[in-house]
Amino acid sequence: MTTPAGVAERLTSLVGALRAHGIRIGTGETVDAARAVEALGLADRELLREGLAATLLHGTGGRQVFDPVFDLYFPRGVGDPEQKAAGRDELRDRLAAALAADDQALLGRLAVEAVDGFGGYGCAPESDGWSSYQTLERLRPQTLLARVRDDMRGRGGSPGFADRLLEDEIRRRIESFRALVAAEARRRVAERRGRREIARRAVAPTADQVDFLFAGQARLAELRRTVQPLARKLATRLAARRRRASRGTIDLRRTLRGSLSTGGVPMKPVLRRRRPARPELVLLCDVSGSVSGFSDFTMLLVQALHDQFSKVRVFAFVNRIDEVTGLLRHGTADPEGLGARIEAEATLTGWHGSSDYGMALGEFAERYGDAVGPRTTVFVLGDARTNMSDPNLPAVRQIAEQARRVYWLNPEQRSRWGTGDSAAPAYAELVEMHECRTARQLSALVGRLLPV
Amino acid sequence: MFTSVDDVSARLAETGYLASPAVATTVFLADRLGKPLLVEGPAGVGKTELAKAVAEVAGARLVRLQCYEGVDESRALYEWNHAKQLLRISAGRDETWDEARTDIFSEEFLLTRPLLTAIRGDEAKVLLIDETDKADVEVEGLLLEVLSDFQVTVPELGTITATRRPFVVLTSNASRELSEALRRRCLFLHIGFPEEELERRIVRLKVPGLDEALARSVVRVVGALRAMDLRKVPSVAETIDWARTLLALGAGTLDETVVRSTLGVLLKHQDDVLKATAKLDLEAL
Repeated sequence: MTTPAGVAERLTSLVGALRAHGIRIGTGETVDAARAVEALGLADRELLREGLAATLLHGTGGRQVFDPVFDLYFPRGVGDPEQKAAGRDELRDRLAAALAADDQALLGRLAVEAVDGFGGYGCAPESDGWSSYQTLERLRPQTLLARVRDDMRGRGGSPGFADRLLEDEIRRRIESFRALVAAEARRRVAERRGRREIARRAVAPTADQVDFLFAGQARLAELRRTVQPLARKLATRLAARRRRASRGTIDLRRTLRGSLSTGGVPMKPVLRRRRPARPELVLLCDVSGSVSGFSDFTMLLVQALHDQFSKVRVFAFVNRIDEVTGLLRHGTADPEGLGARIEAEATLTGWHGSSDYGMALGEFAERYGDAVGPRTTVFVLGDARTNMSDPNLPAVRQIAEQARRVYWLNPEQRSRWGTGDSAAPAYAELVEMHECRTARQLSALVGRLLPV
Repeated sequence: MFTSVDDVSARLAETGYLASPAVATTVFLADRLGKPLLVEGPAGVGKTELAKAVAEVAGARLVRLQCYEGVDESRALYEWNHAKQLLRISAGRDETWDEARTDIFSEEFLLTRPLLTAIRGDEAKVLLIDETDKADVEVEGLLLEVLSDFQVTVPELGTITATRRPFVVLTSNASRELSEALRRRCLFLHIGFPEEELERRIVRLKVPGLDEALARSVVRVVGALRAMDLRKVPSVAETIDWARTLLALGAGTLDETVVRSTLGVLLKHQDDVLKATAKLDLEAL
């Protein structure tokens, strides 16, 4: 291998950082990556990026982590930019021009200059930090929208139909410039504090590792888009398990019976036939504010998996419970508005708006008790925070007795169960309770727990 | 096969395949490192076309294995020509069993299927394993042997090893998750939707009669549709179809009426058409 020693070292630490983010990379791939570096050379950074991604990653999932980590280990430049930024207005002028031309390379250079000029904070030169927030706050690229639009209209000549798309396009360009600034600020900080530390802290986790309870709107939307692929993945796993399970053992009695015609020589082994299992699923979802992201996601996932079950019924509650199976069915096209639709069309709250598990579970046992039978697996989704009201354990006990299995998926960290108004330990004594904080955990649990 | 990444782009372009830098880089590496290339991405972005283009550039024969549910060893690797074997046996009635047996399991009675075809012989080949995700898991096991050692074992004939490794392209729409083991043997390439400028060049190349300004508007509208949250966003293939439609209609520029009446070429679901109509303000007229 003729890879320069420095590059080999950098490559292995890049791999280390990626592994720390849960991307599985073997030694073989690292060697391939080194060969790729050798074949491509170091001259073109973007080619190198693609080459390393092709050799190190095995799917699309890791790309979001890979790109920022790559930016840290193979930075665009080192140290300060050669050209010092002039004034804020001058930089804004050039930024507007670059946005109008959609010149990616130029935008990249401007991001470097912008962070250098406006991103530094701290007084002593040694304590300097770099902030993308501060840079963007000073530069305010979003306010350039109107200017860029007028500029482009002015040059574009005849206002055609596509003209009405202009604003959205410019908005997307500005958004990508903001991302460039963030990457540059991370790089500057990393130079000072050590790459490993920044790579660990500053790179956002992949969508399936985001904590349901702390995910913002954008992250939740992103998460919802992963529902379909995840469901497909789980469906394959379930189908494979079902296929294996249907291969039964040999039915000795019927084999011998069949062998009578061949003089007692068992020519054809007869396999024991399984009763076709028809798993039914009932979902009880807490959709109150704090855990609604988790419930939404799980409901969509189960809905996407519906052809794996003979029957799926979904109930939502805050402090009263109502069936929402129908809402979910024709709602597959619009996962975004699911929460709002459930809130609008189902009766979920009584006299007050905070969640009450005891009340809701009691009402379920009373009104929909017949939904649960010996073939039913029940999933309860929620954090088991009862707002100090009665947890109504008998109701849960009754459901558990009727159902085949009851699992409780709790989006809260296990160490917080039982703190404050959480009735989790009490419920956990009656039914199996699992911690389920991220989509990754959820898919592992669903794959393991679903009846087949 | 290729001298540099630029060489890849240039020569692919000669065959009418405009590659993004990511595509060119990965093809270059797959050739250099001698590894199979796993290509994923939405339908209609040119995954299969890529394999065809590479074959054309390399002057290689394209061997294609189209995967489907239930494709098995005898469809993918080889099978014995039973009819011919029977004929052979009944033709030579008075020979001994030993003579007959050794005879009927020889090359003459072997029907080679794509995987074996790609491995045998000295000519350059591109092996395209199309829609790998449609095949059952068992087939992946088969692919593992073929793709890591480029050899196939036929019990009656022994192990056949490739004297000249084919350039392998696997495509997948990710409708099923491929096994980690298979992924590890491949270089991974995700072909997404192309950048605006590249797509414009593709449209211009595929629909020569379209003028520059209209091509620009077409690509921009498609880009806007892709940014919406639709059930099935239009792909490059649909962009080209749309451009052809517009050309056939003789539309010189895009306006509300033209877009509204041809939206069906781009979008395949009624919900999507409604959503796009609302977002693009087409109902204003």
